[in-house]
Amino acid sequence: MTTATLPEAAISGDAHRISLIAGLRDTSVIVRRNMVRNVRLPQLLIFATIQPVLFLLLFNYVFGGSIGLSLGGAYGGKYINYLLPGMLVQTAMFSSMQTAIGLTEDLGNGVIDRFRSLPIARSAVLAGRTSADMVRTLFVVSLLTIVGYIVGFRTADGLPKLAIGLIFCVLFGFALSWVMAFVGLAVKTPEAANSAAFLPLFPLMFASSIFVPVDTLPSWMQGFAENQPVTVLADTMRGYVLGQEFLSTSPRSLTTLSLFSMFWIVVILVIAVPLAVRKYRRTVA
Amino acid sequence: MTAPAVRAENVVKHFGDVKALDGVSLTFEPGMIYGLLGPNGAGKTTLIRVLTTLLRPDSGSAEVAGVDVLANPTGARRRLGLAGQSAAVDEFLTGYENLEMVGRLYGLGRAEAKRRANDVLERLTLSDASARQVKTYSGGMRRRLDLGASMVGRPDVLFLDEPTTGIDPASRIDIWGLITDLVASGTTILMTTQYLEEVDQLATRIGVIDHGVMIAEGTSDDLKNQIGGAIIELMVRAGNRERVMETLRSSTSQEPTYDPVRDLITLPAPGGTADLFCVVRALDAIDITPLAIDVHKPTLDDAFLALTADQEVPA
Ligand SMILES: Nc1ncnc2c1ncn2[C@@H]1O[C@H](COP(=O)(O)OP(=O)(O)OP(=O)(O)O)[C@@H](O)[C@H]1O
Ligand SMILES: [Mg+2]
Repeated sequence: MTTATLPEAAISGDAHRISLIAGLRDTSVIVRRNMVRNVRLPQLLIFATIQPVLFLLLFNYVFGGSIGLSLGGAYGGKYINYLLPGMLVQTAMFSSMQTAIGLTEDLGNGVIDRFRSLPIARSAVLAGRTSADMVRTLFVVSLLTIVGYIVGFRTADGLPKLAIGLIFCVLFGFALSWVMAFVGLAVKTPEAANSAAFLPLFPLMFASSIFVPVDTLPSWMQGFAENQPVTVLADTMRGYVLGQEFLSTSPRSLTTLSLFSMFWIVVILVIAVPLAVRKYRRTVA
Repeated sequence: MTAPAVRAENVVKHFGDVKALDGVSLTFEPGMIYGLLGPNGAGKTTLIRVLTTLLRPDSGSAEVAGVDVLANPTGARRRLGLAGQSAAVDEFLTGYENLEMVGRLYGLGRAEAKRRANDVLERLTLSDASARQVKTYSGGMRRRLDLGASMVGRPDVLFLDEPTTGIDPASRIDIWGLITDLVASGTTILMTTQYLEEVDQLATRIGVIDHGVMIAEGTSDDLKNQIGGAIIELMVRAGNRERVMETLRSSTSQEPTYDPVRDLITLPAPGGTADLFCVVRALDAIDITPLAIDVHKPTLDDAFLALTADQEVPA
């Protein structure tokens, strides 16, 4: 990017800002547009659901035996009870990749140029995209929960707590969507977005409690694994759906876990939103 | 509007070593069609992207309808419409939904956005396809829809980057009609095109840009006059060509050029028909009868080729 002679302040002058109401309205128009796309492009939803369902079934039936044993008699002796909450977090993570891919498609076919030539808030296009993706994530994690129920998952503390867990999960996906928005705008093509998006996700996913308890990981990894957002979110989910049986083995109470999760979600948003919006404003298709 | 429709001053935009815009200035009044001409890579699209707030120039200033596009891009966006070089429409929305969405994003209410979307679809003869997803549209239909999207906001200044490229001749005439209608209703238009006859027909003023520099500006007639009163074209046998060129050079003191594509020798003829007689007499003196000879007023093509040929720089 070349240096501009005008100071940044000149472009973001408050006098020319779009009002909050107008900004929300623009965002809702774009949310609707993206949701219509999600519905009309069924392969998006189908692939987004098939993959986690397949993962869930594979992990449950392939590793369920051995890991199930290592869990002792906990969680009714069923690995699926331990696995599903983690899988829900993982699904929300991977669902966020679609934000990067969708944005690069919009960049490629000029739709972003059209949006950028319209008098709308700078953040409306990204907010519209991430919000629509959040709705999609909600749909996918709900479906995965239902599949989990079918193969034997049972929540310990009732549906309201399960719902709270799912909300955490979806909000986490939403925060990651903003990271992915930045990634998409930076790499610009769908193919590159597909590979670039994995980079931050894979280490976070494997060095976490999603598949196995953290104390079974190599010791040098444990300090990181215990505190990184994916573990915190997965454990929060477990706290809500597995209840006391999980919490008694966890060093953190449900309140601590919930606050820690919120902390991570807020931190990711506070960093990613301004970065993504800034990138959006400067991106040349 | 009392301010100029567009005012650009010394706009510079470099992409690495490529000087896409190397100090372009351009000003024109509201109510007209301004035609921007230039060979591929001249900088037309880059200039339009700067004027429509999509690209920040390295230096220079630009206003659209009196609003500074750098200091107040949002304000400028309220007054401008853009149909870019490639159609920017959403494949999975219907034609109607595309236009309605853009209308809403211009801040129109639901009812008004709906009314205008239908209105524009009608004018673009896309009403029949309005309920179909754009992915089923032909290339020309997409371009028309894209043009429609730039119009729903009723902008003061409309930027059309090659609006008729890839459009069949009949639809092109339709679009010309649409453009003249828009101007009649008060819209100012800046358009680029590869078809010189298009600006010749439509544009009030023409700017010629090459290598990021504005090399000529004026009405179509101004540009044609820049290369002199008339042009003589003649065809001779290949074996005689050198001698004929030599004779023309000495007898008219003009520089003839040979166009191998059309196999024609071209000679500027500021004296019009008088020059033609002079040429005929000179050729008669060396006993050569041309296979064909013609004198005509320069076309915009002649002007364009002459102007951009002067600018040739080794790549
Ligand atoms: N994003 C970019 N990055 C690098 N170079 C660019 C970029 N955009 C344009 N250029 C270069 O700037 C020059 C001007 O390009 P521009 O698209 O403005 O030309 P144009 O007059 O619109 O050409 P055409 O008639 O082919 O559309 C070209 O040399 C082009 O390669
Ligand atoms: Mg161009």
